[in-house]
Amino acid sequence: MHKETIRAALIGNPNSGKTTIFNEMTGARQKVGNWAGVTVEKKEGRIEHNDHNIEITDLPGTYSLTAYTIEEIVSRNFILDEKPDVVIDVIDSSNLERSLYLATQLIELDIKLIFALNMMDIATSKGHHIDREKLAALLGVPVVFTVGNKGSGVEDLVEKIVEVAEDRNTVSRHIHIAYGNEVEKEIRNIQSVIWRNPGIGEKYSTRWLSLKLIESDNEVIDTLSFFPEIADDVTKQAEQSKAAIKEIYKDDPEIIISDQRYGFINGALKECLKIKSTNRIDISQKVDLFLTNRFIGIPIFIFFIWCMFQATFKLGAIPADFLDALIGYAGEGVSFILPAGLLQDMIVNGIIGGVGAVIVFLPNILILFFFIALFEDTGYMARAAFLMDKFMHIIGLHGRSFIPMLMGFGCNAPAVMATRTLENENDRLLSILINPLISCSARLPVYILVAGTFFPQHAGNAIFSIYAIGIALAILIGKLFRIILFKGETAPFVMELPPYRMPTIKGLAIHMWERGKIFLQKATGMILIGSIIIWALSTFPLNRHDTDYPDSQTMEGSYLSILGKSIAPVLKPLGMDWRETVALISGLAAKEIIVSTMGVLYPGKNNNGEEIQKLSARLKHSGMTPAAAFSFMVFVLIYTPCLATLAVMKRETNSWKWPFFAVGYSLVLAWVTSFMIFQTGKIIGF
Amino acid sequence: MLKLSELKEGDKAVIVKVGGMGVFRQRLLEMGFIKGTEIFIEKYAPFKDPMEIIIKGYHVSLRVEEASYIEVDMQ
Repeated sequence: MHKETIRAALIGNPNSGKTTIFNEMTGARQKVGNWAGVTVEKKEGRIEHNDHNIEITDLPGTYSLTAYTIEEIVSRNFILDEKPDVVIDVIDSSNLERSLYLATQLIELDIKLIFALNMMDIATSKGHHIDREKLAALLGVPVVFTVGNKGSGVEDLVEKIVEVAEDRNTVSRHIHIAYGNEVEKEIRNIQSVIWRNPGIGEKYSTRWLSLKLIESDNEVIDTLSFFPEIADDVTKQAEQSKAAIKEIYKDDPEIIISDQRYGFINGALKECLKIKSTNRIDISQKVDLFLTNRFIGIPIFIFFIWCMFQATFKLGAIPADFLDALIGYAGEGVSFILPAGLLQDMIVNGIIGGVGAVIVFLPNILILFFFIALFEDTGYMARAAFLMDKFMHIIGLHGRSFIPMLMGFGCNAPAVMATRTLENENDRLLSILINPLISCSARLPVYILVAGTFFPQHAGNAIFSIYAIGIALAILIGKLFRIILFKGETAPFVMELPPYRMPTIKGLAIHMWERGKIFLQKATGMILIGSIIIWALSTFPLNRHDTDYPDSQTMEGSYLSILGKSIAPVLKPLGMDWRETVALISGLAAKEIIVSTMGVLYPGKNNNGEEIQKLSARLKHSGMTPAAAFSFMVFVLIYTPCLATLAVMKRETNSWKWPFFAVGYSLVLAWVTSFMIFQTGKIIGF
Repeated sequence: MLKLSELKEGDKAVIVKVGGMGVFRQRLLEMGFIKGTEIFIEKYAPFKDPMEIIIKGYHVSLRVEEASYIEVDMQ
């Protein structure tokens, strides 16, 4: 049977619980990508409901449609150009007044709408009583009550989507928000000029266009240029209208319009919202007495981050050992089935050895992302930004850049993308440039291996200190770049501190898995190819002899060792030999490859000719000193961002200049820092 | 008339005027910083900057320097 498809879009303020509703509706059937041309995340999902397919697009969280940020532009253009059948505005019921601001802007777009009043449980417990029927009638939009994290009302919402899409809803009607006689007169004046071209009216609401022109909306002014025969006249009329409004109100038109919108909202709420004052304690406020406390707020924050890394290392080691054994069996299994020779060698040592060495770290990475998702979903992330803003501001960054920085601990590529939320170009560029100094999870396998081998009693502390060095360098370099390269204003810090929320298991699992999936995709894509190339470079030319182990073929004399040896002298003052050099070269593509290369590089037999299975044991016999090991980890931390990050940098900055600059500065910085560490270590006897 | 940045923790005030320009002012307006709105100073961050404000029933943070563009009357 043919099923009719309905295209729906979800929109809402940040922290409105929009993503929870989206997860509840679509479950794991989600597709995550990017909006064309920009790097704002695009999520799509699909549900089947009786005889309808519903395709849902989750638009970026936004407070308004003024088109100042890329999120607002993406959301607005999607609604205007893609014309979804229904738009669902997810509204925080306990924060109705502010949330309805976006709602009024949506009403003005003259589209089919549903308002999902989310988090009704919180509103009710705050003593808010909302008259749903009356609110729906006043706004001309059907209203559904939902509690996203409990899944209630979601079925009802899906039902309404179909109803509204098929024009069967009796509440839906288009209302005008009145802006007072003077503004209304000017709206009509502009409209009458626009009407000279009937083409625009088919595409956009002329009332909306006029209003936007009064608000000096740049995107709308750009849109006008597609209608050149009237553009000049409309612009002229808009200027006259703005001047007229300013003359009467003695204030800028933007202020008057916002004033009137809130006036309209207040009027509606007077009729629909009853607040019984309860003696209920505001739990978030109480929690913040501690978490954003002047004295203990920052120590608690540092403690949380420390816990995150300890758990990542200690807890992650348990399943990692199991995975390690499993991969070992896989290698043995293949050796048993396939005859000995190049093919067997490539599969066992190249593919299983290389990819396996990386996949072992999946548990660690999932744990790290679990914590980041936990911070995001509970609302703690905003507190972290609040606590850290002054500190970030010293480097010349926004407290909000703290979030991309924290994401950098996961992966620098999406973290660089996340800098899009920064409105100021200089802030964005600076955040992008220093982000690779924040140690991503791809580098974690290297630290776990090396620190676990050379600092077995203090591995957690050693890794913590590597991260700390990265952060310290980010601050120093950030400060330096701000002074030399990016002078000027930083973006305003108007940031909501949402109430703390209990995260849902489903939400956490989805967020964790999304990131884990990216890691696995890298492992099976870029790292698979990298592993095969490294295997080939280390295997050919054939028939070499190794002076130390005459009966085995090792790296000596291979193309890779020739390449490594030619560069090695540069890294010798940092305590590294040609094998570490080769590992670093292979890490240019993706830093996970460093570990898999090391898996191939260090001989699998000890001096007595016995097989050593564990890479850490092989590494221990390689002659590396603790000082060299630490220097190596620091070099891995700093030196050149991986290919994926460089590609994203190019896309975000729209030029090759910045990625090249990032490569250059990081190589120099890595060399200098590792040099100092190794030489100091050597002097004090490590 | 005072600047918002001159208020102390626990102070209550009413917004008189929102200054500044462009993106900054627009953002403040849509977040509810409208003439006549009541605000409450919840707290200052550990380094006395930014500040946390309760407005229209929700919590928002602002830098002290930015808050100086908002003029208020003490209640």
